[in-house]
Amino acid sequence: MIYLKLLWSFFQIGLFSIGGGYAAMPLIQNQVVDVHAWLSMSQFADIMTIAEMTPGPIAINSATFVGIRVGGIPGAIVATLGCVLPSCVIVMILAYVYYRFKGLSIIQGVLYGLRPAVVAMIASAGLSLLILSFYGSRDLPADLSGINLISVAIFAVGLFILRRWKVGPIYVMMGAGIAGVILYHIV
Amino acid sequence: MNPNHNKYLTLFLSTFQLSAFTFGGGFVIVPLMRKKFVEKLGWIGEQEMLDLTAIAQSSPGAIAVNASILVGYRIAGIPGALLTVLGTVLPPLIIISVISMFYAAFRDNTIVNMAMNGMLAGVAAVICDVVLTLGKGILQLRRLLPILILLTSFAAVRFFQVNIILIILVCGLLGALDAVHRNRSEQGER
Repeated sequence: MIYLKLLWSFFQIGLFSIGGGYAAMPLIQNQVVDVHAWLSMSQFADIMTIAEMTPGPIAINSATFVGIRVGGIPGAIVATLGCVLPSCVIVMILAYVYYRFKGLSIIQGVLYGLRPAVVAMIASAGLSLLILSFYGSRDLPADLSGINLISVAIFAVGLFILRRWKVGPIYVMMGAGIAGVILYHIV
Repeated sequence: MNPNHNKYLTLFLSTFQLSAFTFGGGFVIVPLMRKKFVEKLGWIGEQEMLDLTAIAQSSPGAIAVNASILVGYRIAGIPGALLTVLGTVLPPLIIISVISMFYAAFRDNTIVNMAMNGMLAGVAAVICDVVLTLGKGILQLRRLLPILILLTSFAAVRFFQVNIILIILVCGLLGALDAVHRNRSEQGER
């Protein structure tokens, strides 16, 4: 049952992505690329790119994209439902606990332990995207000289601008897209 | 018009609008929600919104979804929460559905392909920036445990392909034990 698989997969993504933003990315990569092979690594990179350029949470964007590819519109709805279901239940329980006991020291402790792990996993998933961008494959090739210098240049300039001036990611993304079109035309 | 219907409609339309036009994820949408529900509508108190934000950030799932559940629940109970979730989820559902229909044709276009390749390098830069900022925050805690967790988790996921969910469970447990331990030693000092 493809719908059940989608539901269960995105339920796990929704349940274990704690900390918002990019925390869902390594889980999505794991479920969608590694476990179920619903997307190739470069399709996964595409959806991360599209998610960055469109409004809405990464997890919901990915759920819709994967759901449609695997099971059409019903697939998209089921995957999105799976994604928000854990939030609905847990957020309401936490809100109840919070108003009742006015303190969440154990939960804050759990978060304290989780945060560095989440950073590490985002770093690892980000590294996979970086290698894909530089070499066109998911793992480092034996011969490192085949590096895509245009990608390296866009990455370096983009990172510099982000660190130096703290601009919004959407501007860097648009700039990177325009730079890609111009540079690949010239070269 | 029935004031209750009006409230539900406002909840749905507000979250739909916020979700449809907010780029940049949970950390951008929550301040905008505060503006709407605290400042403009006056439905939620200032301090309470801060508390709700903390809960949204510490719960699993997307922060924008969590925050909208809390706001909806606070104002109109479970039906309110369902409406705000729907309002938050519908825009990305519609936008990505439309994009994915054109995706195949889109991807074979040379210009689009060039732009996507450029943007992939851009995404890598954005994620690298996020990791540097978050990693700096971890180092600034100046405690051994978070740094150890950071390094060990990275090695585990990168080089040993350890299951991500297992890592999350173990690190969450470590954090909880650490909190209990610190609470005890603080009480011991008193």
